This record gives sequence, structure tokens and C-alpha cells, in this order.
Amino acid sequence: MEMVPVSWYLLLAALLFAIGTAGALTRRNGITIFLSIELMLNSVNLTLVAYSRMLNDQTGQVLVFFVLAVAAAEAAVGLALFIAIYRHRRTIDLNRMNLLRW
Amino acid sequence: MIETAIFLLFALLAVASALVVVLHRNPVYSTLSLVVTLISLAVLFVLLGAPFIAALQILIYTGAIVVLFLFVVMLLNIGREEISQQRGLVQKALAGIGALIFLGIVASSLWGLYGTTQVGPLTEDFVSLQALATLLFGEYLLTFELVGLLLLVAVIAATVLAGRLSKASQVSVPEEGLPGPAGGPGPTYTEHPDQVTPPEGVR
Repeated sequence: MEMVPVSWYLLLAALLFAIGTAGALTRRNGITIFLSIELMLNSVNLTLVAYSRMLNDQTGQVLVFFVLAVAAAEAAVGLALFIAIYRHRRTIDLNRMNLLRW
Repeated sequence: MIETAIFLLFALLAVASALVVVLHRNPVYSTLSLVVTLISLAVLFVLLGAPFIAALQILIYTGAIVVLFLFVVMLLNIGREEISQQRGLVQKALAGIGALIFLGIVASSLWGLYGTTQVGPLTEDFVSLQALATLLFGEYLLTFELVGLLLLVAVIAATVLAGRLSKASQVSVPEEGLPGPAGGPGPTYTEHPDQVTPPEGVR
């Protein structure tokens, strides 16, 4: 039985990361930018698992575990920030958050 | 053969739903589309011999994080993003070019790897949850504890940030929008000066 080469998974992860990068750079809605960042985190997870399979070493999966935990913390704090911003400004359009912008 | 078919199906599904996440104007659709991406990736994790990670992905990501996103989207009642009026095209083009360059770098570095990444069949040892747990609670125990601490800090931070404003900090909320940057094109975010102070019911 032939196996799918690991480089296909890596290529898919790179594609997802690129899509996430483009989204995080172009969108103005704070939530969508956050979703793009989650997408990037997930593509990194895929890379880690793929390399863990390739090297036959489970350390990559342990790293994915930690990435998941950090993503959860990041989502909680980030969404709380958005709620706080929304309370003051009635919008989370990031183009209007220009108080500190040069 | 069947593995290749499953891989192609879910890879295609992941890329398509990722594009919807990034391109759709309505954040609710974006969030729900992210669920499809995450579940497709969970299937790929199973293919790669990481069933525990796949379960975590579905439980934590789609079960907790995405639901949190959806909750916030609905709570804040975020509508469709309006069409941007200026600078949008340049920014989009630059971001697209940047993402493509990144993809090219990664793909070309993978090209050298091609052919060397054939892997053997999955072994019992690799899939075993016991080996993963031994690694997690043995070699990486300190990191595990630190991650727990990080989650505690995150919970406290989220509570402080999203909690109800106290009386003292509510006084400091400006009645009018803050003045725009000096020399800038006028006030930039005072479209709704009457709504700057949050109503009483909003938490």
C-alpha cells in the first residue's frame, strides 16, 4: 500500500499558511483577522504532525498540544480585547483603531 | 490508493474552506467555514497517525475556540464588512504578493525534499497514546505546567478585560471621540460621537 508523501502535507500546510497570511494582512474586521491567525496556527500544527510522522518521533505531537493551549489562551484574551474595544467604540473595524498609528 | 483519495478530498476541502474564511464578508460564515477547515485537518491528522491530536483538534478547536468566536460575533452583532473606500487595492495587492512570495519560498525549499519523504507504514509504537503521555508528562512536564499557568493568566486577563467596567473607570471614558492625529485628515473615528459611552446593559 503506497503512502501519501509527507511533502504533500507540507505543501498543503504552506498553502494554508499563505492564505491565512493574506487574510490577516488584507481584512479589516478584527474577527476575520483573528480567524486568519487561527488558520496560520493550524497550518503550523499540520507541519508539526507531518514532520513527526516523517521522523517517526512523537515530540512534534507534544508541540502541537502546546500550540493548541497557546491558541486557546490567545483566543480568550483577544476576544476579550475585542469586546472591550467594541464597548468603547461600537466597532471593531481595525482601520478606525488609529490612535497609535503613525 | 484510498489514502491518497482521502488526502486529496480533505486537502481540497481544507483549502476551499480556508479561502472562504479569508474572503467572505460575513464573519459568521467565515467562522463556520473555519470549522470545516479544522475538521478536514483533523482527518489529515488521523491519516498521519496522530488520532489523539485529531481528537484534541475537534474538542478544543471546533468545540471551544470556534464556539467562543461565534459567541463573540453574535454578541457584538458584527455585520458584513463594508467595501473599503481607499487604499484597499494597494494593500490587497501587496498582501497577495507577500503571501505568494512566502508560498514560493516554502514550496521551493520543499522541492529539494521531494522524493526523500516517503514514509513507511504506521507502527504500533508511533500511534500509541501511552508513548505520547510518557513524553508529555516526563520530558516535557515543566512545559506542561507552564502552559497551565499561561492558561490561568489568560483566564484572569480575559475576565479583567471583558468584565464590567467599574464606576471609576467609567468616568474616564471620554464623552466625545478623542481628537484625531494632528495634521491628519480630520477626526477619524467620531462618526458616532453619541455612542461612545456604552449603554448600561452592555457587558
